[in-house]
Amino acid sequence: MLKVHRDICGYCGCCVSVCPEGALELIDAYLCVEKWCTSCGICAKVCPLGALEVVHEK
Amino acid sequence: MLWRWFMKNKYDVLIIGGGPAGALAARTAVENGLSAFLVEKRPAIGAPVRCAEGIGKDALHEFMDPDPKWISAEMTGASIVAPDGFLMKLESGLAGNKVGYILDRKFFDRELVWKAAEAGADIAVKTRASAPIMENGFVKGAKIECCGTVTNVTADVVIAADGVESKFSRWCGIDTTVPVGEIMSSVQYVMADVDIDTHSTVFYLGNEIAPQGYLWVFPKGDRSANVGIGISGKKSREGHRAKDYLDRFVKKTFPHGKSIECIAGGVSVCRPLDCTVADGLIITGDAARVVDPLTGGGIYNSMYTGRLAAQVAAECIGKGDVSKNKLMVYDKTWRTSKMGKTIERNYHIKEYLIKQPDAKLNDIIHSVSKINLKEFTTMSLITEIIRVNPKLMLDLGALAASIR
Repeated sequence: MLKVHRDICGYCGCCVSVCPEGALELIDAYLCVEKWCTSCGICAKVCPLGALEVVHEK
Repeated sequence: MLWRWFMKNKYDVLIIGGGPAGALAARTAVENGLSAFLVEKRPAIGAPVRCAEGIGKDALHEFMDPDPKWISAEMTGASIVAPDGFLMKLESGLAGNKVGYILDRKFFDRELVWKAAEAGADIAVKTRASAPIMENGFVKGAKIECCGTVTNVTADVVIAADGVESKFSRWCGIDTTVPVGEIMSSVQYVMADVDIDTHSTVFYLGNEIAPQGYLWVFPKGDRSANVGIGISGKKSREGHRAKDYLDRFVKKTFPHGKSIECIAGGVSVCRPLDCTVADGLIITGDAARVVDPLTGGGIYNSMYTGRLAAQVAAECIGKGDVSKNKLMVYDKTWRTSKMGKTIERNYHIKEYLIKQPDAKLNDIIHSVSKINLKEFTTMSLITEIIRVNPKLMLDLGALAASIR
Protein backbone atom coordinates (compact mmCIF):
# COMPACT_ATOMS: atom_id res chain seq x y z
CA MET A 1 0.00 0.00 0.00
CA LEU A 2 0.98 3.63 -0.43
CA LYS A 3 2.11 5.43 2.66
CA VAL A 4 2.04 9.24 2.81
CA HIS A 5 4.64 10.69 5.14
CA ARG A 6 2.63 13.72 6.12
CA ASP A 7 5.56 15.34 7.89
CA ILE A 8 7.48 15.38 4.59
CA CYS A 9 4.65 16.02 2.10
CA GLY A 10 4.67 19.55 0.65
CA TYR A 11 1.07 19.12 -0.68
CA CYS A 12 2.18 20.23 -4.12
CA GLY A 13 0.17 17.83 -6.29
CA CYS A 14 3.09 16.66 -8.42
CA CYS A 15 2.09 13.04 -7.63
CA VAL A 16 -1.56 13.65 -8.52
CA SER A 17 -0.67 14.64 -12.08
CA VAL A 18 1.21 11.40 -12.85
CA CYS A 19 -1.13 8.90 -11.15
CA PRO A 20 -2.36 6.61 -13.95
CA GLU A 21 -5.28 5.41 -11.82
CA GLY A 22 -6.58 8.79 -10.72
CA ALA A 23 -6.22 7.48 -7.18
CA LEU A 24 -4.67 10.59 -5.62
CA GLU A 25 -6.33 13.87 -4.83
CA LEU A 26 -4.98 16.96 -3.18
CA ILE A 27 -7.60 18.58 -0.96
CA ASP A 28 -6.03 21.82 0.21
CA ALA A 29 -3.09 20.63 2.33
CA TYR A 30 -4.16 17.01 2.52
CA LEU A 31 -3.23 14.26 0.05
CA CYS A 32 -5.94 11.59 -0.24
CA VAL A 33 -5.23 8.08 -1.48
CA GLU A 34 -8.25 6.22 -2.89
CA LYS A 35 -8.80 2.53 -2.24
CA TRP A 36 -8.22 1.67 -5.91
CA CYS A 37 -4.54 2.72 -5.70
CA THR A 38 -2.49 -0.14 -7.22
CA SER A 39 0.75 0.77 -5.36
CA CYS A 40 2.52 1.16 -8.73
CA GLY A 41 4.94 3.60 -7.13
CA ILE A 42 5.07 6.19 -9.93
CA CYS A 43 4.03 8.91 -7.47
CA ALA A 44 6.72 7.85 -4.99
CA LYS A 45 9.33 8.14 -7.74
CA VAL A 46 8.47 11.66 -8.85
CA CYS A 47 7.81 13.21 -5.42
CA PRO A 48 10.20 16.19 -5.12
CA LEU A 49 10.50 15.69 -1.36
CA GLY A 50 10.32 11.91 -0.99
CA ALA A 51 7.06 11.90 0.99
CA LEU A 52 5.54 8.80 -0.59
CA GLU A 53 6.51 5.20 0.00
CA VAL A 54 5.12 1.91 -1.24
CA VAL A 55 5.00 -0.36 1.77
CA HIS A 56 4.78 -4.08 1.05
CA GLU A 57 2.43 -5.85 3.39
CA LYS A 58 3.30 -9.24 4.81
CA MET B 1 -28.23 27.19 7.73
CA LEU B 2 -24.76 28.47 7.12
CA TRP B 3 -24.43 31.82 5.49
CA ARG B 4 -22.91 31.29 2.07
CA TRP B 5 -20.59 33.31 -0.09
CA PHE B 6 -22.60 32.45 -3.14
CA MET B 7 -26.25 33.24 -3.40
CA LYS B 8 -27.33 31.10 -6.27
CA ASN B 9 -27.42 27.46 -7.28
CA LYS B 10 -27.30 28.23 -10.95
CA TYR B 11 -24.76 30.22 -12.95
CA ASP B 12 -23.97 30.62 -16.62
CA VAL B 13 -20.37 29.62 -15.94
CA LEU B 14 -18.80 27.74 -13.03
CA ILE B 15 -15.03 28.10 -12.76
CA ILE B 16 -12.95 25.59 -10.80
CA GLY B 17 -9.72 27.10 -9.52
CA GLY B 18 -8.65 30.61 -8.52
CA GLY B 19 -5.25 30.89 -10.23
CA PRO B 20 -4.55 33.12 -13.25
CA ALA B 21 -6.60 30.91 -15.62
CA GLY B 22 -9.67 30.82 -13.38
CA ALA B 23 -9.47 34.51 -12.50
CA LEU B 24 -9.26 35.59 -16.14
CA ALA B 25 -12.09 33.23 -17.05
CA ALA B 26 -14.35 34.60 -14.30
CA ARG B 27 -13.63 38.21 -15.11
CA THR B 28 -14.04 37.75 -18.86
CA ALA B 29 -17.28 35.83 -18.35
CA VAL B 30 -18.94 38.65 -16.40
CA GLU B 31 -17.54 41.27 -18.78
CA ASN B 32 -19.34 39.33 -21.53
CA GLY B 33 -22.64 39.53 -19.68
CA LEU B 34 -22.61 36.10 -18.03
CA SER B 35 -23.08 35.18 -14.39
CA ALA B 36 -19.97 33.46 -13.05
CA PHE B 37 -18.97 31.63 -9.90
CA LEU B 38 -15.34 30.82 -9.11
CA VAL B 39 -14.43 28.24 -6.47
CA GLU B 40 -10.96 27.91 -4.95
CA LYS B 41 -10.27 24.90 -2.74
CA ARG B 42 -7.52 26.60 -0.77
CA PRO B 43 -8.34 28.97 2.07
CA ALA B 44 -6.43 31.85 0.43
CA ILE B 45 -5.98 33.07 -3.13
CA GLY B 46 -2.33 33.10 -4.15
CA ALA B 47 -0.93 31.11 -1.24
CA PRO B 48 1.04 29.02 -1.30
CA VAL B 49 1.94 29.67 -4.90
CA ARG B 50 4.03 27.04 -6.69
CA CYS B 51 5.80 29.22 -9.20
CA ALA B 52 9.16 30.80 -10.11
CA GLU B 53 7.10 33.92 -10.92
CA GLY B 54 8.83 35.03 -14.12
CA ILE B 55 6.88 36.56 -17.03
CA GLY B 56 7.97 38.35 -20.19
CA LYS B 57 7.31 42.06 -20.50
CA ASP B 58 5.12 41.83 -23.60
CA ALA B 59 3.24 38.84 -22.22
CA LEU B 60 2.25 40.73 -19.08
CA HIS B 61 1.41 43.94 -20.93
CA GLU B 62 -1.08 42.04 -23.08
CA PHE B 63 -3.22 41.68 -19.95
CA MET B 64 -2.39 44.56 -17.64
CA ASP B 65 0.02 47.32 -16.81
CA PRO B 66 2.60 46.41 -14.17
CA ASP B 67 1.84 47.60 -10.65
CA PRO B 68 4.57 47.91 -8.00
CA LYS B 69 2.17 46.16 -5.59
CA TRP B 70 2.83 42.83 -7.30
CA ILE B 71 6.11 43.30 -9.17
CA SER B 72 9.04 41.98 -7.13
CA ALA B 73 11.76 42.87 -9.62
CA GLU B 74 12.34 44.07 -13.17
CA MET B 75 14.66 42.07 -15.40
CA THR B 76 17.01 43.54 -17.99
CA GLY B 77 18.82 40.34 -18.91
CA ALA B 78 19.31 36.65 -18.36
CA SER B 79 22.30 34.37 -17.94
CA ILE B 80 22.73 30.73 -18.81
CA VAL B 81 25.35 28.72 -16.94
CA ALA B 82 26.72 25.77 -18.92
CA PRO B 83 27.38 22.41 -17.24
CA ASP B 84 31.12 23.30 -17.07
CA GLY B 85 30.34 26.52 -15.17
CA PHE B 86 30.78 28.90 -18.10
CA LEU B 87 28.36 31.82 -17.83
CA MET B 88 26.70 33.21 -20.94
CA LYS B 89 25.12 36.60 -20.47
CA LEU B 90 22.16 37.58 -22.58
CA GLU B 91 21.25 41.19 -22.81
CA SER B 92 18.54 42.94 -24.69
CA GLY B 93 19.76 44.91 -27.73
CA LEU B 94 19.05 48.10 -25.85
CA ALA B 95 21.08 48.30 -22.67
CA GLY B 96 18.99 48.63 -19.54
CA ASN B 97 15.84 47.75 -21.42
CA LYS B 98 13.30 45.79 -19.39
CA VAL B 99 12.69 42.31 -20.76
CA GLY B 100 10.52 40.83 -18.08
CA TYR B 101 9.32 40.79 -14.52
CA ILE B 102 9.46 38.60 -11.47
CA LEU B 103 6.01 38.83 -9.96
CA ASP B 104 4.87 38.58 -6.39
CA ARG B 105 2.16 36.07 -7.11
CA LYS B 106 0.62 36.28 -3.65
CA PHE B 107 -0.47 39.79 -4.58
CA PHE B 108 -0.73 39.25 -8.33
CA ASP B 109 -3.20 36.36 -8.01
CA ARG B 110 -5.24 38.31 -5.46
CA GLU B 111 -5.36 41.28 -7.82
CA LEU B 112 -6.62 39.07 -10.66
CA VAL B 113 -9.35 37.52 -8.50
CA TRP B 114 -10.21 40.92 -7.03
CA LYS B 115 -10.73 42.25 -10.56
CA ALA B 116 -13.03 39.30 -11.30
CA ALA B 117 -14.98 39.96 -8.09
CA GLU B 118 -15.18 43.67 -8.80
CA ALA B 119 -16.52 42.94 -12.27
CA GLY B 120 -19.32 40.93 -10.65
CA ALA B 121 -18.20 37.31 -10.34
CA ASP B 122 -19.11 35.36 -7.21
CA ILE B 123 -16.07 33.92 -5.44
CA ALA B 124 -15.74 31.26 -2.75
CA VAL B 125 -12.53 30.10 -1.08
CA LYS B 126 -12.00 26.95 0.97
CA THR B 127 -14.64 25.58 -1.36
CA ARG B 128 -14.10 22.70 -3.72
CA ALA B 129 -15.77 20.91 -6.58
CA SER B 130 -15.93 17.26 -5.49
CA ALA B 131 -17.74 15.77 -8.50
CA PRO B 132 -19.23 16.86 -11.79
CA ILE B 133 -22.98 16.86 -12.37
CA MET B 134 -23.50 14.96 -15.62
CA GLU B 135 -26.65 14.74 -17.74
CA ASN B 136 -26.77 12.81 -21.03
CA GLY B 137 -23.00 13.05 -21.33
CA PHE B 138 -23.02 16.83 -20.77
CA VAL B 139 -21.22 18.47 -17.87
CA LYS B 140 -23.97 20.46 -16.17
CA GLY B 141 -22.25 21.76 -13.05
CA ALA B 142 -20.57 20.37 -9.98
CA LYS B 143 -21.11 19.26 -6.43
CA ILE B 144 -19.63 22.08 -4.39
CA GLU B 145 -18.33 21.38 -0.90
CA CYS B 146 -17.88 24.16 1.60
CA CYS B 147 -17.25 23.63 5.31
CA GLY B 148 -18.97 20.27 5.37
CA THR B 149 -21.98 21.30 3.26
CA VAL B 150 -22.50 19.95 -0.25
CA THR B 151 -24.50 22.01 -2.73
CA ASN B 152 -25.34 21.21 -6.33
CA VAL B 153 -24.38 24.17 -8.49
CA THR B 154 -25.46 23.95 -12.10
CA ALA B 155 -23.94 25.89 -14.98
CA ASP B 156 -24.20 25.97 -18.75
CA VAL B 157 -20.44 25.70 -19.04
CA VAL B 158 -17.90 24.54 -16.48
CA ILE B 159 -14.37 25.89 -16.92
CA ALA B 160 -11.76 23.62 -15.34
CA ALA B 161 -8.82 25.73 -14.17
CA ASP B 162 -7.72 23.39 -11.40
CA GLY B 163 -4.04 23.36 -12.11
CA VAL B 164 -1.39 20.69 -12.33
CA GLU B 165 -3.20 18.46 -9.82
CA SER B 166 -6.40 18.85 -11.84
CA LYS B 167 -9.08 16.24 -11.15
CA PHE B 168 -12.25 17.74 -12.57
CA SER B 169 -11.74 16.88 -16.24
CA ARG B 170 -10.61 13.40 -15.22
CA TRP B 171 -13.89 12.88 -13.38
CA CYS B 172 -15.59 13.91 -16.63
CA GLY B 173 -13.82 11.07 -18.45
CA ILE B 174 -10.78 12.84 -19.90
CA ASP B 175 -7.37 11.26 -19.31
CA THR B 176 -5.07 14.00 -18.02
CA THR B 177 -2.22 11.78 -16.76
CA VAL B 178 1.18 13.36 -17.30
CA PRO B 179 3.82 10.82 -18.46
CA VAL B 180 6.42 10.26 -15.73
CA GLY B 181 9.25 11.57 -17.94
CA GLU B 182 7.29 14.75 -18.64
CA ILE B 183 6.60 15.98 -15.14
CA MET B 184 9.24 18.32 -13.76
CA SER B 185 9.62 17.39 -10.14
CA SER B 186 10.32 20.77 -8.55
CA VAL B 187 11.31 22.51 -5.35
CA GLN B 188 11.93 26.20 -4.72
CA TYR B 189 13.26 28.23 -1.84
CA VAL B 190 12.65 31.92 -1.44
CA MET B 191 16.07 32.95 -0.21
CA ALA B 192 17.12 36.00 1.73
CA ASP B 193 20.58 37.47 2.17
CA VAL B 194 22.04 36.12 -1.07
CA ASP B 195 24.54 37.70 -3.46
CA ILE B 196 22.72 38.01 -6.77
CA ASP B 197 22.41 40.28 -9.78
CA THR B 198 19.14 42.04 -8.95
CA HIS B 199 18.13 42.52 -12.59
CA SER B 200 19.04 39.26 -14.25
CA THR B 201 17.62 35.75 -14.12
CA VAL B 202 20.11 32.88 -14.09
CA PHE B 203 19.51 29.40 -15.52
CA TYR B 204 21.86 26.52 -14.68
CA LEU B 205 21.95 23.57 -17.06
CA GLY B 206 23.53 20.14 -16.87
CA ASN B 207 22.85 16.58 -15.90
CA GLU B 208 24.78 16.92 -12.65
CA ILE B 209 22.97 20.11 -11.65
CA ALA B 210 19.42 19.38 -12.82
CA PRO B 211 18.95 16.22 -14.92
CA GLN B 212 16.72 16.94 -17.93
CA GLY B 213 15.58 20.18 -16.37
CA TYR B 214 17.19 23.32 -15.06
CA LEU B 215 17.91 25.20 -11.88
CA TRP B 216 16.90 28.83 -11.62
CA VAL B 217 17.79 31.93 -9.61
CA PHE B 218 15.12 34.58 -10.15
CA PRO B 219 15.69 37.84 -8.24
CA LYS B 220 12.92 38.97 -5.90
CA GLY B 221 14.62 42.25 -5.03
CA ASP B 222 17.87 43.19 -3.35
CA ARG B 223 19.64 40.13 -1.94
CA SER B 224 16.55 37.97 -2.28
CA ALA B 225 15.64 35.38 -4.92
CA ASN B 226 13.51 32.43 -5.90
CA VAL B 227 16.07 29.62 -6.05
CA GLY B 228 14.47 26.53 -7.50
CA ILE B 229 14.90 23.43 -9.58
CA GLY B 230 12.94 21.14 -11.85
CA ILE B 231 14.22 17.68 -12.74
CA SER B 232 12.59 15.06 -14.93
CA GLY B 233 10.31 12.67 -13.06
CA LYS B 234 12.19 9.90 -14.86
CA LYS B 235 15.43 10.96 -13.15
CA SER B 236 13.90 11.45 -9.71
CA ARG B 237 14.46 8.70 -7.15
CA GLU B 238 15.46 8.20 -3.54
CA GLY B 239 18.61 10.21 -2.79
CA HIS B 240 18.33 11.97 -6.18
CA ARG B 241 15.23 14.03 -5.70
CA ALA B 242 14.70 17.66 -6.70
CA LYS B 243 15.30 18.71 -3.10
CA ASP B 244 18.61 16.78 -2.95
CA TYR B 245 19.91 18.58 -6.05
CA LEU B 246 18.71 21.98 -4.86
CA ASP B 247 20.19 21.57 -1.38
CA ARG B 248 23.56 20.64 -2.89
CA PHE B 249 23.50 23.76 -5.08
CA VAL B 250 22.39 26.10 -2.30
CA LYS B 251 25.01 24.80 0.11
CA LYS B 252 27.72 25.48 -2.45
CA THR B 253 26.44 28.72 -4.00
CA PHE B 254 24.65 30.51 -1.16
CA PRO B 255 26.21 29.02 2.00
CA HIS B 256 25.16 32.05 4.06
CA GLY B 257 21.70 32.52 2.53
CA LYS B 258 18.56 31.85 4.48
CA SER B 259 15.51 30.11 3.14
CA ILE B 260 12.30 31.88 4.13
CA GLU B 261 9.94 29.71 2.11
CA CYS B 262 10.09 26.14 0.78
CA ILE B 263 7.61 25.11 -1.87
CA ALA B 264 7.42 21.88 -3.86
CA GLY B 265 5.61 21.51 -7.15
CA GLY B 266 5.08 19.68 -10.40
CA VAL B 267 5.34 21.31 -13.82
CA SER B 268 4.11 19.41 -16.88
CA VAL B 269 6.31 19.60 -19.98
CA CYS B 270 4.26 17.21 -22.08
CA ARG B 271 2.18 18.17 -25.10
CA PRO B 272 -1.18 19.75 -24.22
CA LEU B 273 -4.23 17.47 -23.82
CA ASP B 274 -5.37 16.00 -27.16
CA CYS B 275 -8.67 17.79 -26.73
CA THR B 276 -9.40 20.57 -24.24
CA VAL B 277 -13.20 20.65 -24.49
CA ALA B 278 -16.12 18.29 -23.90
CA ASP B 279 -19.89 18.78 -23.85
CA GLY B 280 -20.36 21.65 -21.39
CA LEU B 281 -16.70 21.69 -20.35
CA ILE B 282 -13.62 23.78 -21.21
CA ILE B 283 -10.18 22.97 -19.76
CA THR B 284 -7.63 25.77 -19.26
CA GLY B 285 -4.13 26.54 -17.99
CA ASP B 286 -2.00 23.89 -16.27
CA ALA B 287 -5.03 21.57 -16.16
CA ALA B 288 -5.00 21.60 -19.98
CA ARG B 289 -1.21 21.03 -19.87
CA VAL B 290 -0.53 24.22 -21.83
CA VAL B 291 2.68 25.00 -19.94
CA ASP B 292 5.60 25.95 -22.21
CA PRO B 293 7.54 22.63 -22.35
CA LEU B 294 10.91 24.35 -22.73
CA THR B 295 10.74 27.05 -20.07
CA GLY B 296 8.06 25.58 -17.80
CA GLY B 297 6.39 28.99 -17.87
CA GLY B 298 2.62 28.99 -17.55
CA ILE B 299 1.33 32.32 -16.24
CA TYR B 300 0.69 33.90 -19.63
CA ASN B 301 -0.64 30.66 -21.13
CA SER B 302 -3.07 30.32 -18.24
CA MET B 303 -4.33 33.89 -18.53
CA TYR B 304 -4.65 33.52 -22.30
CA THR B 305 -6.58 30.23 -22.19
CA GLY B 306 -8.72 31.41 -19.25
CA ARG B 307 -9.81 34.53 -21.09
CA LEU B 308 -10.39 32.65 -24.35
CA ALA B 309 -12.44 29.96 -22.58
CA ALA B 310 -14.85 32.55 -21.21
CA GLN B 311 -15.11 34.34 -24.57
CA VAL B 312 -16.01 31.08 -26.32
CA ALA B 313 -18.37 30.10 -23.49
CA ALA B 314 -20.19 33.44 -23.83
CA GLU B 315 -20.57 33.00 -27.56
CA CYS B 316 -21.84 29.42 -27.28
CA ILE B 317 -24.20 30.14 -24.38
CA GLY B 318 -25.57 33.07 -26.39
CA LYS B 319 -26.33 30.72 -29.26
CA GLY B 320 -27.83 28.11 -26.94
CA ASP B 321 -25.41 25.33 -27.88
CA VAL B 322 -22.57 24.33 -25.54
CA SER B 323 -21.83 20.96 -27.16
CA LYS B 324 -18.24 19.85 -27.60
CA ASN B 325 -18.65 20.50 -31.30
CA LYS B 326 -19.35 24.21 -30.70
CA LEU B 327 -16.85 24.64 -27.86
CA MET B 328 -14.14 23.28 -30.20
CA VAL B 329 -13.65 26.88 -31.36
CA TYR B 330 -11.70 27.31 -28.10
CA ASP B 331 -9.44 24.32 -28.78
CA LYS B 332 -8.80 25.31 -32.40
CA THR B 333 -8.16 28.97 -31.54
CA TRP B 334 -5.47 28.40 -28.94
CA ARG B 335 -3.80 25.62 -30.94
CA THR B 336 -3.38 27.91 -33.97
CA SER B 337 -2.48 30.94 -31.82
CA LYS B 338 1.07 32.15 -31.26
CA MET B 339 0.94 30.41 -27.86
CA GLY B 340 -0.12 27.08 -29.38
CA LYS B 341 2.58 27.23 -32.02
CA THR B 342 5.22 28.19 -29.45
CA ILE B 343 4.27 25.20 -27.28
CA GLU B 344 4.59 22.84 -30.24
CA ARG B 345 7.94 24.30 -31.34
CA ASN B 346 9.37 24.41 -27.83
CA TYR B 347 8.28 20.82 -27.25
CA HIS B 348 10.61 19.77 -30.07
CA ILE B 349 13.46 21.90 -28.77
CA LYS B 350 13.01 20.48 -25.26
CA GLU B 351 12.99 16.93 -26.64
CA TYR B 352 16.26 17.69 -28.44
CA LEU B 353 17.96 19.36 -25.49
CA ILE B 354 17.17 16.67 -22.90
CA LYS B 355 18.94 14.10 -25.07
CA GLN B 356 22.20 16.07 -25.18
CA PRO B 357 25.15 15.08 -23.00
CA ASP B 358 26.78 17.86 -20.96
CA ALA B 359 29.70 18.12 -23.42
CA LYS B 360 27.32 19.03 -26.22
CA LEU B 361 25.49 21.58 -24.07
CA ASN B 362 28.88 23.13 -23.24
CA ASP B 363 29.70 23.36 -26.97
CA ILE B 364 26.44 25.08 -27.79
CA ILE B 365 26.67 27.61 -24.97
CA HIS B 366 30.36 28.45 -25.54
CA SER B 367 29.74 29.12 -29.21
CA VAL B 368 27.10 31.76 -28.51
CA SER B 369 28.82 33.31 -25.52
CA LYS B 370 27.79 36.87 -26.24
CA ILE B 371 24.65 37.60 -28.13
CA ASN B 372 23.06 40.95 -28.45
CA LEU B 373 19.50 40.01 -28.97
CA LYS B 374 17.36 42.45 -30.88
CA GLU B 375 14.32 40.85 -29.37
CA PHE B 376 14.47 39.13 -26.04
CA THR B 377 12.56 35.95 -26.71
CA THR B 378 13.28 32.23 -26.57
CA MET B 379 12.75 32.23 -30.31
CA SER B 380 15.42 34.81 -31.06
CA LEU B 381 17.82 32.97 -28.75
CA ILE B 382 17.22 29.66 -30.53
CA THR B 383 17.57 31.34 -33.93
CA GLU B 384 20.91 32.82 -32.83
CA ILE B 385 22.12 29.49 -31.43
CA ILE B 386 21.35 27.80 -34.73
CA ARG B 387 23.01 30.61 -36.69
CA VAL B 388 26.24 30.18 -34.74
CA ASN B 389 26.03 26.37 -34.73
CA PRO B 390 25.09 25.42 -38.29
CA LYS B 391 25.69 21.78 -37.33
CA LEU B 392 22.66 21.96 -35.07
CA MET B 393 20.55 22.46 -38.13
CA LEU B 394 21.13 18.82 -39.04
CA ASP B 395 20.28 17.63 -35.54
CA LEU B 396 17.15 19.68 -35.32
CA GLY B 397 16.11 18.82 -38.86
CA ALA B 398 12.69 19.92 -39.92
CA LEU B 399 12.27 22.08 -36.85
CA ALA B 400 15.28 24.24 -37.73
CA ALA B 401 14.03 24.67 -41.27
CA SER B 402 10.69 25.87 -39.99
CA ILE B 403 12.14 28.60 -37.81
CA ARG B 404 14.86 30.00 -40.03
